[in-house]
Amino acid sequence: MSARLIALGIAFVALVSVPYWMPGDYYINVASQILFYAIFALGLNVLVGYAGLVSLGHAGLFGIAAYATAYMLQIGYGHSAAIVVALIVGIASMAVFAVLSLRSTGIGFIMITLALGEILWGLAYRWISLTGGDNGINVRLRPAPFGFSLTSPNTFYYTTLVIFLLSVAAMTVFVRSPFGASLMGTRDQPRRMNALGYHVWMIRFYACLVSGLLTAVSGILFVYYTQFISPQTLALTSSAEVLLMVISGGAGTLLGPMVGAALVVVVKTVVSGFLERWNFLLGAIFVAIVILMPEGLVPGSARLWRLAWRKMNAPAKAPAPEGKP
Amino acid sequence: MSALTVTGLCKAFGGLRVTSNVDLNVEPGERRLIIGPNGAGKTTLFNLITGEISPDKGSIHLFGQDITKTPSRRRPHLGMARTYQIITLFARDTIIHNVSLALLGLSPARWNPLIDIKHQGHLIEHGRAALERVGLAHLAERPLAQTSYGERRRVEIAMALAQNPKVLLLDEPFAGLSIDERADVKQLLLAIPRDVTIVMIEHNMDVALEFAERITLLHFGEVILEGTRAEVVADPRTREVYLGH
Repeated sequence: MSARLIALGIAFVALVSVPYWMPGDYYINVASQILFYAIFALGLNVLVGYAGLVSLGHAGLFGIAAYATAYMLQIGYGHSAAIVVALIVGIASMAVFAVLSLRSTGIGFIMITLALGEILWGLAYRWISLTGGDNGINVRLRPAPFGFSLTSPNTFYYTTLVIFLLSVAAMTVFVRSPFGASLMGTRDQPRRMNALGYHVWMIRFYACLVSGLLTAVSGILFVYYTQFISPQTLALTSSAEVLLMVISGGAGTLLGPMVGAALVVVVKTVVSGFLERWNFLLGAIFVAIVILMPEGLVPGSARLWRLAWRKMNAPAKAPAPEGKP
Repeated sequence: MSALTVTGLCKAFGGLRVTSNVDLNVEPGERRLIIGPNGAGKTTLFNLITGEISPDKGSIHLFGQDITKTPSRRRPHLGMARTYQIITLFARDTIIHNVSLALLGLSPARWNPLIDIKHQGHLIEHGRAALERVGLAHLAERPLAQTSYGERRRVEIAMALAQNPKVLLLDEPFAGLSIDERADVKQLLLAIPRDVTIVMIEHNMDVALEFAERITLLHFGEVILEGTRAEVVADPRTREVYLGH
């Protein structure tokens, strides 16, 4: 327990001090990206990991929140109004997604969310008067809450970090709560949960809303980070990417999606600078994860660690029986 | 007033009539045994009573209240609990967590995302009490994956008992148990107080007969015979239908 506290403390100090030890603005921006993608992955993990519902349409929800922010700013509203509207639009879209896709689970759920995500992508691409089509929408300015301008990489990083830490704290409370237990129960034994008096559909619906909230938050951070949104963000590849973050890190764990987000963002941004075929590398990493630790990097490493620990301690104990008379 | 009344219940899957005009009247505190050969529609009848499938015709009353149209998830709140023939538990969790989920199902706290479930003392306390009744309190913290089949059968029963039901439906509680385990389960079923009405499906006649006061014999979805234990056992139709000779 105390080892865990020490690890958390080190992680916290490392995150807070990022601008001091990172070798430049570029890397601080990469850190910001990791954090808001981690929020996105945490949001998807609510469904994939804790509800057992795999969504392939989450990039659509991420994108719709980003578009809502950009559009509100474009037509002249302030940042607070844009953010509030984006949150509402994001959650409301998730609610519509949920009502349509919760008619089924498993493959059915995947396919309906995939189709809905594609519809949003198509709308972003074709509804030119609203979205600017292929040209997308530019966001000229980042907000400056309480006169604290988010223009520099450092200030944006710290803002993202605060929101990230809040999201992690909220998820930590969520998974330990009775509602979290109910949700995981519907993942493992929906029929039994129903027979025990739980409203399985409604539990899944609320979980979708929680997922939608985190997804919208990350979408808003994304659009302020890139200061640009185009249909590409809503494409199926983006949905698959965040799903890979969740699965590679470890679905149904708190740390897994964050590790997965860090992995994907680092390979996509940093490694792609050195390696033209970075997609190949990412693919190879995923194949290795699937073969070596199919449960994901975080639970898989924990398993290997325990195994190594036992092996290390085994020879020390082995001579003991010989010493007996 | 009867604890459970089933009137003219019908259910067909395509052309197959699995439940056909079933009438059942169980008095409060009664121990009712439902027997019948494989495919007689016993588990289907349970699924109809608990609402997991809806009947084509007929009605179901629980203590006089018509629950035919009540969603199955509401029925535990009205005092109905069941166990499954095929063990349906939460394999990743501990025994106490399984029982806690049964308790949480009836508590409004199940919607709360902001409190720590580990600090919900009453869940743990009542869960332990339910485990005490089935003799598993000492294994409360054990992951379900590390328990034996017989222990899981008892966890099933503990979860149903934890909900403090007025009507308890047991679907083959002795299935797959060793002779010793059967004796244990029988003892714990006999210890259930009389304010709980019990309807039980069971194949294993030697343990079940002793337990039952009245017996209903199902065959091809129909009630062939109903009566006291002595009447049903003595009836030639029981031999013919159930024992097959």
